Amino acid sequence: MTENEHSVGTGLSNNKLLMWVFLGSECLLFGGLISTYLIYRSRFADGPAPGDIFDIPFTSVSSFVLLMSSLTMVLALSALQRGDYRNNRLWLLTTALLGALFIGGQVYEFTTFLREGLGYTTSPFSSAFFTLTGFHGVHVSIGIVMLMSLYVSSMRGNLRRESAETVEIVGLYWHFVDVVWIFIFTVIYLVPSPTS
Amino acid sequence: MTNTDNEKIESPSDAEEEHEHPSDRKYIQIAIILGVITALEVATYFFEDMPGEILIPLLMVMMVIKFFYVAAWFMHLRFDSQVFTKFFVGGLVLATVVYVIALTMFEFWNKG
Amino acid sequence: MTQTLEPEVGEMSKDQKHQPLGVYTRPKGGNGWRDWVTTVDHKKIGILYGAAALFFFLIGGIEALLIRLQLATPDGTVLGADMYNQMFTMHGVTMVFLVIMPLAAAFANYLLPLQIGARDVAFPRLNALSFWIFLAGGLFLNTAWIFGDAPDGGWFGYAPNTGIVFSPGNGMDFYAIGLQITGIASLISAMNLIVTVLNMRAPGMTLFKMPVFTWMILVVQFLLAFAVPVITVALFLLMFDRNFGSHFFNPEMGADPLLWQHLFWIFGHPEVYILILPSFGIISEVIPTFSRKPIFGYPFMVFSGIAIGFMGWGVWAHHMFVSGIGPISVAAFSLSTMFIAVPTGVKILNWMATMWGGKILFNTPMLFAAGVVSMFTIGGLSGVTHSVAPADTQQTDTYYIVAHFHYVIFGGALLGIFAGFYFWWPKVFGYLLGEKLGKLNFWLMIIGFNLTFGPMHILGLQGMSRRIHSYSPGFGFEFWNLVETVGSFIIGIGVLLFLINIYTSAKKAKGQPPVGPDPWDARSLEWITPNPTPVHNFDEVPVVEELDEFWHRKYGKDENGKVIRVASAEEVCQDGSATDVHLPSPSYWPLVLALGFPFIGYGLIYNLWFCVPGGIMILMSIYAWAFEPPDDPEEGHGEEQHENTLDGETEEVSVD
Ligand code: HEM
Ligand SMILES: [Cu+2]
Repeated sequence: MTENEHSVGTGLSNNKLLMWVFLGSECLLFGGLISTYLIYRSRFADGPAPGDIFDIPFTSVSSFVLLMSSLTMVLALSALQRGDYRNNRLWLLTTALLGALFIGGQVYEFTTFLREGLGYTTSPFSSAFFTLTGFHGVHVSIGIVMLMSLYVSSMRGNLRRESAETVEIVGLYWHFVDVVWIFIFTVIYLVPSPTS
Repeated sequence: MTNTDNEKIESPSDAEEEHEHPSDRKYIQIAIILGVITALEVATYFFEDMPGEILIPLLMVMMVIKFFYVAAWFMHLRFDSQVFTKFFVGGLVLATVVYVIALTMFEFWNKG
Repeated sequence: MTQTLEPEVGEMSKDQKHQPLGVYTRPKGGNGWRDWVTTVDHKKIGILYGAAALFFFLIGGIEALLIRLQLATPDGTVLGADMYNQMFTMHGVTMVFLVIMPLAAAFANYLLPLQIGARDVAFPRLNALSFWIFLAGGLFLNTAWIFGDAPDGGWFGYAPNTGIVFSPGNGMDFYAIGLQITGIASLISAMNLIVTVLNMRAPGMTLFKMPVFTWMILVVQFLLAFAVPVITVALFLLMFDRNFGSHFFNPEMGADPLLWQHLFWIFGHPEVYILILPSFGIISEVIPTFSRKPIFGYPFMVFSGIAIGFMGWGVWAHHMFVSGIGPISVAAFSLSTMFIAVPTGVKILNWMATMWGGKILFNTPMLFAAGVVSMFTIGGLSGVTHSVAPADTQQTDTYYIVAHFHYVIFGGALLGIFAGFYFWWPKVFGYLLGEKLGKLNFWLMIIGFNLTFGPMHILGLQGMSRRIHSYSPGFGFEFWNLVETVGSFIIGIGVLLFLINIYTSAKKAKGQPPVGPDPWDARSLEWITPNPTPVHNFDEVPVVEELDEFWHRKYGKDENGKVIRVASAEEVCQDGSATDVHLPSPSYWPLVLALGFPFIGYGLIYNLWFCVPGGIMILMSIYAWAFEPPDDPEEGHGEEQHENTLDGETEEVSVD
């Protein structure tokens, strides 16, 4: 944008604006999934009820892991902005690993539930639960792929200080996914759920 | 907390990039706060006989604080252009209003 | 439609030698078919949108005629009950998602950058991607006809009718997946155009100097950005129910089918404004031009559009008055629906005030615009009658509703789009469409339209149900049904005349020089460029001082305050001669990426293995895209090196 003084645009980066519009739109997506879950959380048919099956201590740990990945994400950005490529890579990798840990926890949680008789097709509650957390998990996984791509690109010397905005934008996505989990963790897990 | 005040919409782009971002220390402080709140949240789980009328608002407040901290500091909404905040908050508020109305029509609040 | 355009594109790039970039070669500009499939030019993309949508329009139109043939007489036998269900479902889905929305996208793509004085949209490659995904989704949806059965649950797809129990064929899978795909396209283009309006305006073009059309398109993009995710959720849930056995809409397991209705209409009502607002924008350009007056109450026009956008989110349950949502909800939504008529009324009054006292020229675009004002008013009024819940209890699910939404969508949205066709055709293709045929086209359409849909008010109030494949003799339905069928064929002839008009006008224009600048004495910035628009849009980006900047460059005031012409169009318009404009380069990847989606769609329906090539195509294209610089460094000046990212791209069209 090499416009002159008359410029009337926002002066903001196109890419960042795009990401923020996207995140605004994502609010409606997750809102719909969360509402669906809330409507169905007491409809567990003959299957396990949420209150019986949630393992709060375990989920607390994985929630904490995801929360801390937001810290490492922002440290990665700040390292890159300083031109500290080594730490940038280190924190990118850590973030991806923490994300992977979270996904691992989710896989573990899902398999445990499965063993305890809560399958995807058990009840409206189970369908809604797996769909909501699954959607979130897919978002985290996409984030991990983006982080790893950034990491590889940095290894090949392509992720320079000038392109810090790229990392910032991936970071926005990452933090958003984290923020959604903050919501899910409280509203779905911590707020007492119906028991059978 | 040094408050870099919110930029005007029409701020020039180049100044943007060189914005003084908070130090790593600040970020770590925020993370600690977030961790502590999470610990408090989880702690409520062990107070089994706390009545719902207290517990749920308490949890909600803590959640909102965490949400706010991540959005404001880690997502830089505090320092960045208000346009970004508007888009995000716009989506958030719209989603909240619409879905709360929908939940109300499902009599969600009555069932608790 | 495939007029040759942009003759000078080759000069800029064709004779550049091909430089391999990594593993592939960058496509170059030109005018063969390859240039159309790799184009990132918003004008070409706009034309592609228009051509594809007209193609779907013919399909949807044939479906409509078949429906009317079936209903022409009692106990019709043209289509069986099953076929009838598929026909009206595909007709609705096609017209809403594959005709009106992409036609609006055609105008938005072509005109929005021109109206704000930009060289292109903010993300040209994403723009191409939107189009190809839309086309892939639309074709995917229509292949349902070939592969067995088409969707048959209505465009609103009410659960549990759409479940595997009541709809065992694959039809509703095509619906669920096809609309997801077109939804992705809408979402991407919405985000792109929002950024474009916010960031790419010419110097001096403040938000409140933007033409009303641009404003309405902006509002629509926000509606899309926020409404599409809601139907995405609904469609995902439906897909999971059908393909993976979840229980979102299965009452047997305690699920609530109303969940679908809520999600669908939370999207659905904003959607009807997504359909109508572009057309409101179009006629807000046409009416002032042909009334020789500025738009009356520009700020009211803009704010009522924004108000409609907001209020559109608070009325969805008026589609559910008889679904058992409880008296309080019914009362609340009844009220909010009545209120939304207010900003709509403001617009109608403003158009009338614009025409009032104007020296109106009834050229074809103006005829169509006047058609919108009158026909949409009828549709709006019947809408208000639905808003009265007890009355709606009688009206709902009858032909009265069918009358309402055709008056707003055909009489409002589609006629407005035709106004746009006639108005901007010279801008896009460099020749005018014939006035004689155009007027005939208009009168046939408006007469046929009223014959078809007017009597539906009567039939509906007499109790004829919608979505029923036949009716028995003796209820008094025969006469008006026959009239409707005759009317629908008159519309068909009208549409045919439009196509003939394109053909004859193009033929007449062949070998002639393009129409001169400013054929209509128009008002907004797009007319500053020559007709047809050159590939680089503006020789020089204009500096904007006024609303209706173009008009103000032509007219001024004499010492008595009388409006006089101060410059001719030739003096004001640019001649398109600039050659050193740096433009974004074409790309293969949007097309390849988009082609991955149908594979995934068929995979979900038939065999999950098909998803693999689809997924590979998508992933591969994303990476190739990310490593392909938006501007070919071998071309142009290369003074700015743009970095590129996985999820966004730095595509600024630099202004030299
Ligand atoms: C003055 C503004 C409007 C009002 C008050 C209004 C009101 C309503 C109401 C209450 C219904 C539900 C009727 C029923 O199913 O029982 C309805 C249906 C419908 N309206 Fe409108 N409407 C308005 C404008 C529009 C516009 C501008 C469009 C589209 C461009 C539109 C498209 C539709 C469609 C497609 C349906 C039928 C949906 C279906 O059941 O398939 N309406 N309208
Ligand atoms: Cu509606």
